Amino acid sequence: MTWVLENLDLIGSRTWSHLVLAVPAIVLSFVLAVPLGWVANRYQWSRATLLTAAGLLYAIPSLPLFVVLPGILGFNVRDRANVIIALTLYGLALMVRSVADALSSVGAPVVLSSTALGYSTAGRFFQVELPLAGPVLLAGLRVVAVSTISLVTVSSLLGVDNLGLLFVDGFQRGIMAEVLTGIVATVVLALAIDGLLVLLGRWLMPWAAARR
Amino acid sequence: MADALGGGTPMNFFAEAFAWIADPANASGSNGVWNRSWEHVWYTLLAVVLASVVAIPLGYLVGHTKRGRGLVVAASGAARALPTLGVVTLVALIFGIGLVAPMVALVLLAIPSVLAGAYAGIEAIDPRTVDAARAMGMSEWQILTRVEMPLGLPLLIGGLRSATLQVVATATLAAYVGAGGLGRFLFLGLKTQDYPQMLASALLVVAIALIMEGVFELGERVAARRLHTK
Repeated sequence: MTWVLENLDLIGSRTWSHLVLAVPAIVLSFVLAVPLGWVANRYQWSRATLLTAAGLLYAIPSLPLFVVLPGILGFNVRDRANVIIALTLYGLALMVRSVADALSSVGAPVVLSSTALGYSTAGRFFQVELPLAGPVLLAGLRVVAVSTISLVTVSSLLGVDNLGLLFVDGFQRGIMAEVLTGIVATVVLALAIDGLLVLLGRWLMPWAAARR
Repeated sequence: MADALGGGTPMNFFAEAFAWIADPANASGSNGVWNRSWEHVWYTLLAVVLASVVAIPLGYLVGHTKRGRGLVVAASGAARALPTLGVVTLVALIFGIGLVAPMVALVLLAIPSVLAGAYAGIEAIDPRTVDAARAMGMSEWQILTRVEMPLGLPLLIGGLRSATLQVVATATLAAYVGAGGLGRFLFLGLKTQDYPQMLASALLVVAIALIMEGVFELGERVAARRLHTK
């Protein structure tokens, strides 16, 4: 506990750096997954292709991906953009499936009747399908958010600033309190973001909470 | 110095990495590509087997008795938030440098997925099927071994699959706390600013992960087919 009190500034700045990496990756993977998931849900062939690609992408271990990406994109290994892109790819791998499942959970009668009411394809997607798919989308996004925040720490092995540096530094100097602090801080951060997403969901989709 | 710190075109890095893997000087010996790859696979298999010994009976117990469901759900939820690097370094500080620490961490990280797979496989069975087996006079043990275990097999394999994926990835971190595996090359390359060596190591880990994924895909299909033809 004394270690925590003596290093509050350090923990604060590491937490901030952690968020700077995790939040853009979470947001980007959601924004990119919606059109991709829509395509995956639309045709049989695109579903098989996209979901297989997502599965393979997710199978790639994180530390190697952090190392391979700079070789492809020409970034520095320690570049924040490199970490954000890698985390976005993982998020996408999970989220595309969620979006496809969420959209297919909207019943065909609903889709057909909104077409009959005169919705255009785009109007129907944004005003009918997306809101109805909301609860399943939120469940997927929560998984992505929590695992992204946990994955960020791995990039600290390459020297990227985030809460993971508490593990690297604590291990090298043999300070168990520092490693423990890092674990607790990461888990708390993940739970906090998860909680925020739940609140956001209640605000955007009050009907989903009322029904339960 | 060929490093992803600036100079060099991307394709050169890959050419150099493949040349590094193909170089006979890096292939053999205790720190050779073959030996480290074998270590990596060995750590993974050992960790998944040890985790299974604990998690499969526990998962079956929870699935069959329908008690302690919250425990399984909480364990798999917590496992997702738990940073693997933190677990590896914490266990290394407790047990010291060597294989024991990463192995304890790998087993701990594999348990939730296997547990969830074993439990979910039984949970997903139609309760009427189990009731029918009971009405036919099967003992609880017979229900478990002849009805629930075969029907739950596909989901159990799914759980073993995600556990294996997780462990293959984390086994790379084992080298960070003094054990072997393909992570050795990665951390050596990182220390000596040798990007092609890091890339070579990363590509080998990716290859092993994808091969294991392929084996499981095949296994799941065989299990599903056997289930449907019976």
